[in-house]
Amino acid sequence: MKILVAIKRVVDFNVRVQVKPDGSGVATDGVKMSINPFDEIAIEEALRIKEAGKADEIVVVTIGVNDAQQQLRTALAMGADRAILVESESEIQSLKAAHSLLHIVEKEQPGLVIMGKQAIDDDNNQTPQMLATLWKRPQATFVSKLEINEDKALATREIDAGLETIEIKLPALVSTDLRLNEPRFVKLPDIMKAKRKPLDVINIDETVAGFDDKELSIENYESPQPRQKGVMVDSVDELVAALKEKGLV
Amino acid sequence: MSKILILAQHDGSSINQGTSKAVTAAQQIQGASIDLVVFADDVSTIATKASKLAGVNTVHAVTTSNENWKLAQGIAPKIAELSANYSHVFGPSTTFGKDVMPCVAALLGQNQISDIMQVIDATTFKRPIYAGNAVISVSSNHDKIVATIRTASFKTGDMTSGSANIENHSIENTQTDTKFISLQAGNSERPDLQTAPKVISGGRGIGSEENFELMYKLADKIGAATGASRAAVDAGYCPNEMQVGQTGKIIAPDLYMSFGISGAIQHLTGIKDAGTIVAINKDADAPIYEVADIGLVGDLFKIVPELMEKL
Repeated sequence: MKILVAIKRVVDFNVRVQVKPDGSGVATDGVKMSINPFDEIAIEEALRIKEAGKADEIVVVTIGVNDAQQQLRTALAMGADRAILVESESEIQSLKAAHSLLHIVEKEQPGLVIMGKQAIDDDNNQTPQMLATLWKRPQATFVSKLEINEDKALATREIDAGLETIEIKLPALVSTDLRLNEPRFVKLPDIMKAKRKPLDVINIDETVAGFDDKELSIENYESPQPRQKGVMVDSVDELVAALKEKGLV
Repeated sequence: MSKILILAQHDGSSINQGTSKAVTAAQQIQGASIDLVVFADDVSTIATKASKLAGVNTVHAVTTSNENWKLAQGIAPKIAELSANYSHVFGPSTTFGKDVMPCVAALLGQNQISDIMQVIDATTFKRPIYAGNAVISVSSNHDKIVATIRTASFKTGDMTSGSANIENHSIENTQTDTKFISLQAGNSERPDLQTAPKVISGGRGIGSEENFELMYKLADKIGAATGASRAAVDAGYCPNEMQVGQTGKIIAPDLYMSFGISGAIQHLTGIKDAGTIVAINKDADAPIYEVADIGLVGDLFKIVPELMEKL
């Protein structure tokens, strides 16, 4: 079985992004870029499935600027076999991403697609579900445990009510939640090895022929409303008094 | 005029408050006419409950089979089909809504507006990005708007005095590639974390699963729900459904008391709509104090027992 892992290059989760003063976007010049954390979990899961003998090839794909090759190389260093960059100089929205990935899926014919449940930049949580829908295959979103049994998979999903288990027929799409696994660290020799692994670059236009994009327009960026400065108390008595004064206890 | 279809969420016996919050958001669109769609294998009882949500005209009650009402692939095509007569399709931004709604959007060839936190007008909305570090205004000039409603941003409305019409539907081609197997539900004796007015929440500082009992005891003492930071869930101190934050639950209780939580930005985004935030941590420099209304620095293992006594 082939596994396709779709990843996104995002501002590193440790960076506290700031809105530009003119409201035209957030300041991303010079900030550290990384693989979206959920997508790192997706790569790790694919590697573990392959190491368990249930997959024979892992292809990692991203849509993004040319520099996103760095994140693909990291994925290759983790252990993916080859990479595809769908190059797009402009930012695209979820539906276009899903259509572009559909093109790759149709070409690669994977038995399983794994991707992070959401990108931590736009926090949309849409592309996996959209891709599954366009592909007309089952989805298991927010997965914290995955068991592959030949042509089926048992997926445990983290949902509001607890842990839900569903069975999906392969080929299928899985989106990862935090507790699926802990991604491995990349070792230096693997980084060197990754430089020789194949990385194809194609233009996004080749993947979305005939697609009628209905973009949403983003009109303004603003900083969130700050909370009012609070007070520090010195004892439990003062805390209880403050809570009583507010009528909360 | 805006015609809005809202996907109702339920657990088989009652309508999730997220549904009502989505209705509240829809009512902020001027002149909106609001209908619900609800799915279940035995739909009549739950449809009757849905019809009690004030402000709803019609409930589309769709009969499913093999528990397909729990599955995105089981219901998204029907929602897309029903949406033909609507300008907007909304769902709550719960794990259920997040799972289903993008499928609906894809079937309709639309991008989705996720996590609406404010309605500006019928086509313009505000939503958070970057874990709430920025807020964007998004607008659509397309024929249909598909969106999820950030439940912490809207109030629960009247869920008992409505009298909507019920229209019955069924699904012809039941999908079989995805099958519901089981649900391991969390503790149902305490109030629901997403709707509770009071929440007691613990972080890495709690130190162990055994120590988390302290949080449960304090919560029971004041009738609160319990929550946790990602660090506490990752460490196995408590179950996943207790996680509050960017990728967990976004909540807006009147009182949020945090113990041993340092306050990573990803956690803070889940609580910043809370009425009063209380922070208790041994580290006076913890970022949680930047958002706390009341802060107390100290050893939570001394403070919690004292609180139990004095509350």
